[in-house]
Amino acid sequence: MAVDDRFTQDHRDSDPDQPAGTRNEVVTGPVADWATDFSHVEPEWAADPYTIQDDLRQRCPVAHTERFGGAWLPTRYADVAEIAYDTERFSSRSVVMSNFRPPLDLAPMGAIPPISSDPPFHHGARKLLLPVFTRSAVAKREAATRAFCHSLIDSFGDRPVVDAAHDYAQHIPIRVIADMLGFPPEDAPQFKVFIENTLEGVNNPQDERMEAFNQLFDYLYKQIHDHLDDPRDDLTTYLINAELYGHKLQSEHVAGTMALLLIAGIDTTWSAIGASLWHLAKTPADRERLVAEPEMVPTAAEEMLRAYAPVTMARLVKQDMRWRDVDMKAEDWVLLSFPAANRDPAQFDRADEVVIDREVNRHAAFGLGIHRCVGSHLARMELRVALEVWLERIPSFSLDDPSGVTWAKGQVRGPRTLPLRIA
Amino acid sequence: MKAHIDPQRCQGHGRCYTLAPDLFGEDDEGYGTVPGDGVVQPAQVHTARLARSNCPESAIDLSEES
Ligand code: HEM
Ligand code: SF4
Repeated sequence: MAVDDRFTQDHRDSDPDQPAGTRNEVVTGPVADWATDFSHVEPEWAADPYTIQDDLRQRCPVAHTERFGGAWLPTRYADVAEIAYDTERFSSRSVVMSNFRPPLDLAPMGAIPPISSDPPFHHGARKLLLPVFTRSAVAKREAATRAFCHSLIDSFGDRPVVDAAHDYAQHIPIRVIADMLGFPPEDAPQFKVFIENTLEGVNNPQDERMEAFNQLFDYLYKQIHDHLDDPRDDLTTYLINAELYGHKLQSEHVAGTMALLLIAGIDTTWSAIGASLWHLAKTPADRERLVAEPEMVPTAAEEMLRAYAPVTMARLVKQDMRWRDVDMKAEDWVLLSFPAANRDPAQFDRADEVVIDREVNRHAAFGLGIHRCVGSHLARMELRVALEVWLERIPSFSLDDPSGVTWAKGQVRGPRTLPLRIA
Repeated sequence: MKAHIDPQRCQGHGRCYTLAPDLFGEDDEGYGTVPGDGVVQPAQVHTARLARSNCPESAIDLSEES
């Protein structure tokens, strides 16, 4: 077989020096005032970001912090939407806010296309993925996902208490995306480490973060080589062979998109399933209603996605400008909180309540505009099936120890420990 | 009443073809389509409005002329 010389060298070999980019001093510790010193990685935020955001929306709708080298936090739906739509003035070059800004010349592709790409590059990189993730395409995975959910519950045996985040929610998206990419399911424990580093370790030393990214890309290049030797009907082979404008993709594009699918697909869906089970465990009326009317699950799932939207994104300001009465500087971060937008009373009635049968629900949990989550149909299928199977098998459950529930910090929020009493 | 999707706004969230499958469809990339003539029958008015009010991009228009 002819050697595919795109992959004979790793894209990282070409610049052996420290990666360019800008680092700033890491500031941690208690927040003085959320309007001028916010941080999404402090424990108060992890425990309850909603109270903080609701308060800011009233008194300071575009909050600021000097941490992370300077960042803004809009909390109104209209402002979040406007930034999501304005790809001219807000760049996606990095969508995870940390103390490191990647070099400007990483645009327009960014490290993990298409989420890190700006127009016009973004369009083609996204278009490649769309057919694989349509609602009809993902429907073919429903039966296998359902069987897998049953097998997880079978494995509970007769334990009276299980950790629904760790023993159930987590495994579902890992299995689904590993199958789609054609990765061995037994590698799952490694994926967890990659994700924790990317999303939760944003205040770790940059060298440590780089080292962990290197491990992720080592793993992905190993998979690419394995698929070059033995092509299969999966997403990895699809990306290796895909063409854009008459050319095959550059190696960093193939590996970057694989990294994105692995990271974006797992933590997010795990969080959505866990937050939904947490809500139902502490709200017997909603749980009983869904057990009695399982056809309500899709509507209820949308409300869970609105109220407990797992994903906050970031943007980088392109140029100094005055925006909504604040002076934004080039390279300032903007934390794009879809969770805050989803609880804006100007957009939703009873915004701070979970209304399980809410009919009108124009929520933004999957983003707005050109970066709308490519995996939204897959995520919705996984969430619905995970809840249907759980409610069918375990109709009665409650929080075993409310204080034992822990939440992920950072830009993806969901329960990471969720002890539920199931018998 | 006639249903119309603005292709400039539609981003393929798919709320329309999930909530009102007899009025809206999906293309190969997941964008919403109006497969028929778009005329909303009286029995479909409720689901048509539901689709419009759940489209995150406000891409659906239900105009009153036939
Ligand atoms: C409940 C689960 C999920 C939530 C809440 C979620 C949320 C989001 C959000 C808010 C964005 C917009 C990013 C932005 O504006 O910068 C996004 C983008 C994306 N998501 Fe998801 N996601 C979920 C699951 C998934 C899954 C399962 C996959 C695939 C396996 C996935 C793949 C992607 C990709 C590829 C993008 C980039 C799209 C683009 O830039 O054009 N997501 N997601
Ligand atoms: S709900 Fe709106 S954005 Fe989604 S497919 Fe339908 S028209 Fe397009």
